[in-house]
Amino acid sequence: MLKRRLIPKLQIRNLPFGGVTRPVLVTTRQFGDFVEIGDPVSQARIYEAQAADELIIVDLDASADNRMTLVDVVKKASAVIFMPFTVGGGVRSVADFVTLLSNGADKVSINTAAVETPKLIDEASAALGAQCVVLSIDYRRTADGLYRVWTRGGRVETGLDPVAWAVEGESRGAGEILLTSIDRDGSRSGIDVELTRQVAERVSIPVITSGGCGLASHFVAGFLQGGADAVSAGTYFCFKDENTMQVRSHIKNAGIPIRLHR
Amino acid sequence: MDVIGIIDYGMGNLLSVFHALERVGSDVRICRKPSELAEVERIVLPGVGAFGDCMANLTQRGFVDALHEAVIRQKKPILGICLGMQAMARRSYEGAECPGLGWFNADVVRLKPRDLSLRIPQVGWNDVTFRPDSPLFAGIPAKPDFYFVHSFQMQCEDPDQVEASCDYGGPVTAAVRKDNIFATQFHPEKSQDYGLRLLENFLKWCP
Repeated sequence: MLKRRLIPKLQIRNLPFGGVTRPVLVTTRQFGDFVEIGDPVSQARIYEAQAADELIIVDLDASADNRMTLVDVVKKASAVIFMPFTVGGGVRSVADFVTLLSNGADKVSINTAAVETPKLIDEASAALGAQCVVLSIDYRRTADGLYRVWTRGGRVETGLDPVAWAVEGESRGAGEILLTSIDRDGSRSGIDVELTRQVAERVSIPVITSGGCGLASHFVAGFLQGGADAVSAGTYFCFKDENTMQVRSHIKNAGIPIRLHR
Repeated sequence: MDVIGIIDYGMGNLLSVFHALERVGSDVRICRKPSELAEVERIVLPGVGAFGDCMANLTQRGFVDALHEAVIRQKKPILGICLGMQAMARRSYEGAECPGLGWFNADVVRLKPRDLSLRIPQVGWNDVTFRPDSPLFAGIPAKPDFYFVHSFQMQCEDPDQVEASCDYGGPVTAAVRKDNIFATQFHPEKSQDYGLRLLENFLKWCP
C-alpha cells in the first residue's frame, strides 16, 4: 500500500557570517520574523538518518544573483542524502528547472513565476515531465473568510482562489501541489485542514500541505481531516525534541499507512 | 572491481544514481557515447520523463544498437530504473503507441487503480513483495518500502519475469528480471538503505 509522507522543509536564507555570505537554515513565522538554525546540509543529513520520506529545500532570498548558492546546497545535499527532494525559490524558467535538476534535485517547485507566467507550468511539464513540477501555493485567509493566493514570499496578494489555482495548475501539467498557509506558518497552531481538504477533493494529483504543525496530532489531522498525501513542516522538526521517527509512530497508531523503517 | 556505466541520453537526473553507486563502492562512469559501453562491465539505464522522448533520444544517440550488442550479445548485466525499465518493454501506450527495446514480453500501460480515489501519478513509498530467491533483493527484509513516481507501468505477459510487485489499487509491476537484465519501476537511488542494498546486490550479481 502506498504510504503517506512526512516531508521536512528546509528554508534557506543567505546571511552574512564571519565576513562572507552563506546559506543558513532558518525558520519563519507568517513568512516574516526568522530564526537562524544552522547549516542546511548537515540538517538534511539528520533528516536522512531519521528516515524522513522526502525533503523540500526553499531558498527564501532566491534571485538570479545568488542562484549559485542554492545550486551549491543542492549539489552537496544530493551527494549525502538518498531520498527524493524538491527545490524551490526564485525559479523563473525551464532553464532554471534544468539547472536544479541536473545538480541533483528530483523536483522543482514554482510559485510566483507560475502565477505571473502560468505557461511555465505547461512548458516545464512538457519538457521535463509532470513528476518534477511542483506547484507551490502560499495563501492567506481574508477577514471575510475567503482564501487568497499570495506571491513574492507572502508580499503580494493576487486575488486568485487557491482551490481554482490548484485545479488550473493540474490541468496545465503540475505533478504535485504544495500548499502553505501563511497565517499558520511557524505558529504551531495546527494544519489548515479545511483548505487542504477542498484542494485534495478537487485535484487528482498528490497534495502536500504545510504550515502550522506544532504537535504530532497535527500531522494526523492533515492526513485524516485534510485528506493530504503528505504533510510538510519546518519549524516543528527544527526546534523540538520531536523528530520524524516519533511522529511516524503517532501517525501509525492513528491507523494511517506510513513508512516505519528506512 | 567492475566498472559500471550510467547511460546519459538526456533523460533526467543522473547525479543521484551516480552518488548512490559511488556510495556502495563502485567505479562509476557516465557514458555519453555508445562506444563507451564497450569500456564498462555493467550498465545502468536510468530515466524520467516521457516514453516517446526516451526512445527517440536513445535512437538518435545510437544507444539502441550499442545496448543490443552489450546486453543481448555480450550479456553484460544491466539495471533499468523507472523509465529505463519501461524502455525494455515491447511497446508503450503512453501518448502515441511507441515501440521499446523489446527485451520483455510486456506492454507499458497507464496505471488504472480500482480505487478511484488513488492519485495518478503514484508518488511515494510503497511496499513491494519480491521473489524469496531473488538475488537482487538478498538481505532485504520482506515487504520493504521503495520510492515510486510513475503514471505508467509495465504489464508482463510472462509472470516468471516479474521479480517484485506492489499494490496500487491492483497489482503493479515493481521489478522484472530476465537473464542478465534487471529493472525496477521504483528508484533504488532514492530509497535510502534498502535502495542502496539493492544497488550493492546488482554490483555483485552474476547472472
